[in-house]
Amino acid sequence: MPAGDQQFLPGPCAPAASSQVKRNPHTIPIQPVPAHGETSEQVVSLYAKQKKIYARSVSGWFAGWRWALVWFTQLIFYGLPWLEWNGRQAVLFDLLSRRFYIFNLVLYPQDFIYLTALLVISALGLFFFTAVAGRLWCGYACPQTVYTEIFMWVERRIEGDRIARMRLDEGPWTFEKIWRKTAKQAAWIAIALWTGFTFVGYFTPVRELIAAAASFALGPWETFWVFFYGFATYGNAGYMREQVCKYMCPYARFQSAMFDKDTMIITYDTQRGEPRGSRSRKIDPKAAGLGDCIDCTLCVQVCPTGIDIRDGLQYECIGCAACIDVCNGVMDKMGYERGLIRYSTENGMEHGWTRAQMFRRVLRPRVLIYGAILLGISLAFVASIALRSPFKVDVIRDRGALARIVEDGRVENVYRLQIMNSTEREQRYRISVEGIAGISVASHSQVDIAPAESRWVAVRVQVPPESAAELAGRSSPIQFAIERLPDGEEAARTVHEKSTFLVPR
Amino acid sequence: MSDFFSNGWSVFIAVTTVVSIAACLLLLIVASKRKVMAGDNTTGHVWDGDLRELNNPLPRWWMGLFVLTIVFAAAYLVFYPGLGSYQGKLGWSQATQYQAEMEKARAQIEPLYARFEGMNAEQLVQDPQAMAIGERIFVNNCAQCHGSDARGSKGFPNLTDTDWLYGGNHETIMESIAKGRHGVMPPMAAAVGGAQDVRNVAHYVLSLSGSPHNAIAAQLGKAKFGACAACHGADGKGNQALGAPNLTDKVWLHGWGEQAIINIITNGKDNQMPAHADKLTPAQIRVLAAYVWGFSNGPAASTRTVNAQ
Repeated sequence: MPAGDQQFLPGPCAPAASSQVKRNPHTIPIQPVPAHGETSEQVVSLYAKQKKIYARSVSGWFAGWRWALVWFTQLIFYGLPWLEWNGRQAVLFDLLSRRFYIFNLVLYPQDFIYLTALLVISALGLFFFTAVAGRLWCGYACPQTVYTEIFMWVERRIEGDRIARMRLDEGPWTFEKIWRKTAKQAAWIAIALWTGFTFVGYFTPVRELIAAAASFALGPWETFWVFFYGFATYGNAGYMREQVCKYMCPYARFQSAMFDKDTMIITYDTQRGEPRGSRSRKIDPKAAGLGDCIDCTLCVQVCPTGIDIRDGLQYECIGCAACIDVCNGVMDKMGYERGLIRYSTENGMEHGWTRAQMFRRVLRPRVLIYGAILLGISLAFVASIALRSPFKVDVIRDRGALARIVEDGRVENVYRLQIMNSTEREQRYRISVEGIAGISVASHSQVDIAPAESRWVAVRVQVPPESAAELAGRSSPIQFAIERLPDGEEAARTVHEKSTFLVPR
Repeated sequence: MSDFFSNGWSVFIAVTTVVSIAACLLLLIVASKRKVMAGDNTTGHVWDGDLRELNNPLPRWWMGLFVLTIVFAAAYLVFYPGLGSYQGKLGWSQATQYQAEMEKARAQIEPLYARFEGMNAEQLVQDPQAMAIGERIFVNNCAQCHGSDARGSKGFPNLTDTDWLYGGNHETIMESIAKGRHGVMPPMAAAVGGAQDVRNVAHYVLSLSGSPHNAIAAQLGKAKFGACAACHGADGKGNQALGAPNLTDKVWLHGWGEQAIINIITNGKDNQMPAHADKLTPAQIRVLAAYVWGFSNGPAASTRTVNAQ
């Protein structure tokens, strides 16, 4: 069923039966509305205790990809703070001094536009991938999935797989249960705290942090964030798991808006699978009047959100493809063809298209538009980073005095220039001004600024009496030119900033 | 201190707040049970002839979170101001928090200033760190009136020349910053005489600094200058004990020329610089005063900007 119909709270609406039953015999059966008086009503609570999901371990092509992405993302996350660059941490967001170091970039809060661009690119990337192949992000790269995967691995190593875990939970508190549960908790808490610690390491130099942590000398805020982020990791990956996706995640709620009938989704081939039923491996299912589904329910057991994919696409499905992996394994054992559960599109399912036919429809307007915008903004982003000026200037007119007349009748305005040096070398700047005949900088025109520092410089600008007479009572546009003198590594570079010059009546 | 002009508003707000929170809790309880059709787990609602609402229960922890927010709200209202003019058990207010944070910040920067404690103005001016700090404090606290370049404007003294109303040594500047200054000149037109006399005195004042003036008017004005001499001195050189400006130099705090001087004599002047003792610590004032002192003494410019060669 289209995911869109499932999005309404408090519960999905069972759509019209007609089209459903054909494709999907396992929808909730719809009875005709009972006539008034025949209703048998009962009062139930609208709140239910969550059933714990014991997901069975799975291996296969898609699980392999998921683990590859777990390694990839977490090597970056845990490793990046430890990288050094130019004698400092390679990636450091120094909130206190408001400098953001990313390899050879030094960003100021004024560079916020880059973060905006990054978020826009992320969002468009999400739209693009979702339109092509559904919830790829959710299934493989989302931190919720990644950390859950890590935590479930720990759980499996200590408590065993699905059945063993169920038995352990149901059983009495024996010594074995106590030590297994304790060991699991200890491992979880260790991973969670390390995650929280790493997170804080992006904001406080991680090498100082580890020394401080070793001597229990963390600052109050650092302590708070280590434990807060650690607790969030522990709670979300250890306990909340699929409920984050089902009840909290906004993306899960609006992903259906990016799906269409040609989006690759995880599908169960009803035509091929039904009627389902167990059978011996020796018999020919066609002769027995059975489909290829042997109803082993492995696809339900491995599902991290606890749904049955054979009921069709549901909004809980995060597209992790665990059911594909496990079902293919079963098909191999049975000697049937793979792909009873597979990536396919709604159209493909309806018309019985081949993969090639479905792929041909990947380049449809929706995908092309998402792709074009994504490409455009990404290129603009890369270009603007590459062409970024190594310093920034803000010009602010002094507010106290609009203008003053100094000796020999020259008119003077005062400006404050904030010069921000975003290189890691000391720089010398020369300030000049243009726009009015005879206009000149009357204060010191050269400024030295320390590496990655910014400074307010008071600049006095004067115009000669003859120009002033001409412009009396007016505000005239002028332009500051701030030239970074060559510093041995880079050539000179000039930044222009506009302002105005006032002449009193 | 209550922000309300009558107690009724305070009560109104308190009652509204409590009732709203109670209503939320009530709604939660009332809505937590629901009739469903036994057969198919739908609520019995039907739209468009065939669309039905299924009963998909919310997880219990979700409801728990809701209850938690209500508990939080109740606790908050006990400890913090929220119920009308009730101050809360902790006695917290924005003002006290601000004070506490300022105290903390001062304690934090104290060690930084310890180094400057034993230095005199000359040493401070030579110290780049002290000057960088001074520059920051100046830009944030003084530049609004005296200008970013400290050259002042009409009515606001120039701090970079060697002309001081109250004296230009380090201690005096510290005192000016800490206690502020209040310069008053009463309207002198009556003491001087008529409008013509005021004009004559203005020309005499112009003549003191060798500015362009009418010699005859100045001669006539000289006789009337006695009224001014009490503060500005018989020679017009001013008096730093009173903050009376020197009239013999070419520095014109309140404007240059005949008309500007006539205005001041006629209307007087009441000029005030606010005290900063409650905004800046004594250590900060020391450094700042040295920075200001440096404008007219010592290697002022070279520590701030590079000399253009």
